[in-house]
Amino acid sequence: MNKHDDVVNKALRAKPLAVFGIGDTVDVQVLIREGEKERIQIFNGTVIARRGKIGPSATFTVRRIVQGEGVERIFPINSPKVVGLVVKTRVSVRRAKLFYLRKRVGKAAKLKEIIG
Amino acid sequence: MAHFILGRKGRMAQLFTEDGRCIPVTVLEAGPCTVTQVKSVESDGYVAVQLAYEPIREQLLTKPLVGHFKKTGSVPCRILRETIVDGAQGLALGAVVACDVFEKGQFVDVAGIIKGRGTAGVMKRHGFKGRPASHGHMCQRRPGSIGMHSEPARVFKGKKMAGHYGATRQTTQNLEVISVDRERNLLLVKGAVPGHIGGLVMIRSAKKRPAVAGKKG
Repeated sequence: MNKHDDVVNKALRAKPLAVFGIGDTVDVQVLIREGEKERIQIFNGTVIARRGKIGPSATFTVRRIVQGEGVERIFPINSPKVVGLVVKTRVSVRRAKLFYLRKRVGKAAKLKEIIG
Repeated sequence: MAHFILGRKGRMAQLFTEDGRCIPVTVLEAGPCTVTQVKSVESDGYVAVQLAYEPIREQLLTKPLVGHFKKTGSVPCRILRETIVDGAQGLALGAVVACDVFEKGQFVDVAGIIKGRGTAGVMKRHGFKGRPASHGHMCQRRPGSIGMHSEPARVFKGKKMAGHYGATRQTTQNLEVISVDRERNLLLVKGAVPGHIGGLVMIRSAKKRPAVAGKKG
């Protein structure tokens, strides 16, 4: 606990994002601006890493395959641009960073789902 | 009108702006300061205001200082600093300067004592490039030649060399004020500020970026 923690914590979202784990397939709802209009874009993929526990600099990385090419996006957990997160499937993994998925394609990149 | 206040540097942090950008901020504890002396051309030859910051116990001060504080009716303080003012400031003896003399969106200059680096080489001290780390180079961080030959047969004065670096006063100009908290005497400025956490900082209205007309500045 540091002296000015509360000032820093103002940067955090009032309500936490949905609980998600490493390896989960998620829909990240991102607010994007097109000219004057704002709309929500969904980025669907696998959470392969999470960096930082609390604080404004905490991020998570979502990986997906677009037209055969791997795409990764890093989202700051507390960014006001990340408006929501929906967990699609939960999986069971044994490590915190799933960077090994980068070297795998197709069935080899499948993770063990938690059923029920 | 230029404002001046004393404070302590706090930690740095990140904040999100409304449009989703993440900006670096430094938390500064600023004031409140009491005016303990007003210097005038008649009495001192120049116009200045002396501010006191951080109340402490009377026993920690020397008797002359205690007397100085008594005279102005202010509580004994650890820190006294003086600032030259443009006559318009019109601060009276005993007046209190709080962080709300600054307002959100204006720019400030923050001065502090930078971290001491001890004896430092030319790369750290003067930003010399040094030499490549590989490809057979026999030295990496040395200054190279420091002069010519038998003419002038000496090293010019002011030649940048290794030596003591840091622990000097430095000012960072034009930092935007992100928020002002009068209740807790906190100022948030965008960007980094010289010195240690807990170091004394002197905050003044930006010299080169006056506030917009009609606003305080």
